[in-house]
Amino acid sequence: MVIVLDDIERAYLGGEAGAGTAMAMELLQSYASAIGAECFVPIKGAHVDGCLYHGEAGLDFVEMLQQGAARVRVPTTLNVGSIDLIHPEIMRMEPDALSKPKRLMMAHEELGCIASFTCAPYQTLFRPSFGDQVAWGESNAIVFANSVIGARTERYGDFLDLCCAITGRAPAWGLHLDENRCGQVLFDLVGFPASLEATDSLFAGVGLIVGLLTGDLVPVIQGLPTPRDEDQLKTLGAAAASVGAVGLFHAIGITPEAPTLDAAFRGRRPVATNVITPSDVRDALARLSTVPDGTPISALCLGTPHFSLEEWRRLVCLLRQVRPAQEIPIYVNTSRATLDAARAVGLLDEIDDYRLVPVVDTCTYVTSILERFEGAAMTNSGKWAHYAPGNIGCAVAFGALEDCVASAAAGHVVRV
Amino acid sequence: MEREGRAYAAGSAQGPALVLRMPLSFYGGVAAETGEIIDRSHPDLGRNIAGKMLLIPGGKGSSSSSSVLAELIRLGTGPVGIVLARPDPIMVIGCLVARLLYGRAVPIMVCPIDGIADGCMVRIDCDGPRATGSGPDAAMLWRGS
Repeated sequence: MVIVLDDIERAYLGGEAGAGTAMAMELLQSYASAIGAECFVPIKGAHVDGCLYHGEAGLDFVEMLQQGAARVRVPTTLNVGSIDLIHPEIMRMEPDALSKPKRLMMAHEELGCIASFTCAPYQTLFRPSFGDQVAWGESNAIVFANSVIGARTERYGDFLDLCCAITGRAPAWGLHLDENRCGQVLFDLVGFPASLEATDSLFAGVGLIVGLLTGDLVPVIQGLPTPRDEDQLKTLGAAAASVGAVGLFHAIGITPEAPTLDAAFRGRRPVATNVITPSDVRDALARLSTVPDGTPISALCLGTPHFSLEEWRRLVCLLRQVRPAQEIPIYVNTSRATLDAARAVGLLDEIDDYRLVPVVDTCTYVTSILERFEGAAMTNSGKWAHYAPGNIGCAVAFGALEDCVASAAAGHVVRV
Repeated sequence: MEREGRAYAAGSAQGPALVLRMPLSFYGGVAAETGEIIDRSHPDLGRNIAGKMLLIPGGKGSSSSSSVLAELIRLGTGPVGIVLARPDPIMVIGCLVARLLYGRAVPIMVCPIDGIADGCMVRIDCDGPRATGSGPDAAMLWRGS
């Protein structure tokens, strides 16, 4: 299949904008050829997930682009890196081990990317609008952009998102195209009470089930209660994208491309229908915990994906009620910008009363921050619970935010 | 036995089959230093992908998987080739970048993976004319023994 290039794309490929841009365009072309795209679409923005240090390969790639004088051509936010650059004292790494991860983050800034260092770019000033074509990396951000905002991005892996940012182009395929955004698999919530409460755990549990059973198709969820806020949809999408390959979901009556079942499926029939019952949700959530209730805990890890200002408010309100005094550190992953906003409205005034440890630019499941590993770390995030045992080798207890705070007060896993 | 599939990343490779029972995320799923599968929820936890022809139902999870795959290839702890039942574009870019940076081609082919046992030698040949973009329809060989 021949890929149709416009004049600008041909010029990039021919090196007229420098060797770095030519390299990015060439990679995009090889990629487009592999996946079967026929041309490219211009994009309005990008979110780049290349700042997390996985070894020399990531650094070699960015430095090669730098040597070729590449710069990003659209507003480009950055995902988390391996280091909290604002609070480096919380990093539990040898100084030598910090230099390359730090260099990787800086090198992305030098390419013209914005130093947002957050996995929740939809909470920033650079949030796209409905219908915008963008190229986003970071699985939770991708599913949020597509599903909750109705912007259009494929699931971009590291490297490719940066190539899109440098060229201002994305392959015209997959979720960029109208015809591929149609619902394919139906998930029907059955057996729940009529006045089903919109709890965080419900959204996490449904996300886990949908992620496991959908593969890379587009799921449609029927029967969810109206979410309290978009953080609950963030929770659902992050869980689904951790255990599966979901890039877009529709929730009937909730997400913008699914006002009705017919609209979500565009009048077509689902290729499969799955029923989700209360016990399915309970089982999915129970599988996240690697330890039984009652296990001593050594940390709370909140904010995966990054805590929003609204989540800070809910947490601080709970802390003021419960006043945990067990000296268990409460790590809260959030963006620099959100932390500043939380501080400005006084949410961090009592930070020392609760051993509250704000973490920015990174996340506690991707790098070495936790001080203690005895017992378990407790989290309210399906994503954190899924990745942390493999990544940082800790035992995990999953619970709602209320359970987490109560457990911090008790010193072991309890449910409220 | 021969199979035809779709060339997803160029190159040719041969190696003993490692057939995974579930989709894999390289990020959080494989230790780059060793090639060992570390995803606690994966049924093939503890097995090693280094030097293997990796047969997987599909990809999943993190968009960081392409970085981890490129790093596995750089370190020589990665698979020699990948056969995917269901295409996963995040793996493609990992292979493309590893080839660009280090000149090491790890081909990816998309075709059914049923009927192949662990350990049998599998060869894939994914050398289509890359620059013209005719990859998706190019014929591939898969020889099992």
